[in-house]
Amino acid sequence: MGWRHAKRKTAMTDATINFDDDREAGFGDYFALLKPRVMSLVVFTALAGLFVAPGQIHPFVGFFSILCIAIGGGASGALNMWYDADIDRVMKRTSKRPIPAGKVEAGEALAIGLTLSGFSVVMLGLASNWVAAGLLAFTIFFYAVVYTMWLKRSTPQNIVIGGAAGAFPPMIGWAAVTGDITLASTLMFMLTFMWTPPHFWALALFMNSDYDKAKVPMLTVTHGKRATRAHILVYTFALVMTAFALFLTPLAGWAYLVVAVVMNAAFLKGAWDIYRRDEVQAEADKYKVEKYVFKLSLAYLFLHFTALMVDKMLLGFGIGGPF
Amino acid sequence: MAIAHIHKVHESRKSRNVGLGLVLGLFVVLVMGLTVVKLTAQNNALMPGVGPAQQGVTK
Repeated sequence: MGWRHAKRKTAMTDATINFDDDREAGFGDYFALLKPRVMSLVVFTALAGLFVAPGQIHPFVGFFSILCIAIGGGASGALNMWYDADIDRVMKRTSKRPIPAGKVEAGEALAIGLTLSGFSVVMLGLASNWVAAGLLAFTIFFYAVVYTMWLKRSTPQNIVIGGAAGAFPPMIGWAAVTGDITLASTLMFMLTFMWTPPHFWALALFMNSDYDKAKVPMLTVTHGKRATRAHILVYTFALVMTAFALFLTPLAGWAYLVVAVVMNAAFLKGAWDIYRRDEVQAEADKYKVEKYVFKLSLAYLFLHFTALMVDKMLLGFGIGGPF
Repeated sequence: MAIAHIHKVHESRKSRNVGLGLVLGLFVVLVMGLTVVKLTAQNNALMPGVGPAQQGVTK
């Protein structure tokens, strides 16, 4: 790998071959194909799903399952980079990714993505069960085909529907323990699913992205920032309802109650503030509220899943319990 | 014949080779660990409280 990027600057007879140093891929460049930052969210939410699921799983099998889910998520990231190499080249934010930077060939990313997809699904099936493996396979398919190849370039709702791919990991973690799909695991999926649009659109409001240059129909480009602000508020209402719907399951205890009340009130207030502002106000204070809501959204998801795990731990000590 | 001059290209390739080697080594260890866990669980399920040696597993 990497040979085809080598640039020979002198004739073979010279016996001195100079290579373009900057284009020689190291191990880190191949690892970057797996989108490590996205993987960290996948690992955390999958761990939460696995931890709160009823039943027993050997810690080693649990660790192995999480690893497989992370690799599956990374594989879909590599497939995304393979397919999106053309628009990644155009956008400033993504222009330094391994393929547009010329370090890794698109074909290599495809090969790595397909290999790791098959590998992660089969290994998860062998380690835990085939329900979890099937869900992982569907997640990879959804992200690579439904989101990347279809929705991303065709509809401004791309991030809404495509967000489902990032929402599956807690459901897979749950299924790795129980081998089934329940209301509780579906609501954990829904929590991440409904969280994605306001999280992403808050970022889109203050990021000077060049999606229009890449001809990607993002909501901020196709419908403008006014409509995006309204969408954030509407989806935040849906998110709050989903967060409280988890009280219908035995998962939510006192820790979740505290987190849900505090964080949902704060998030709703933030979404309302975003809705009430216009571009003149936002530019005047350099998108202070939008940046605050984006950071709050990161804490929101982290604390909700952490609270579910804390409630499960407390239950183990005979403290608390479902409502 | 040994390479007389170490170029930056060699360093990049070394990082790739070492990284891949470590990943493959880790994979072997993980599969071995998984096998041990699975077999132990299977044995315990077949004959609870009886160790492998008592289940006809001999050296």
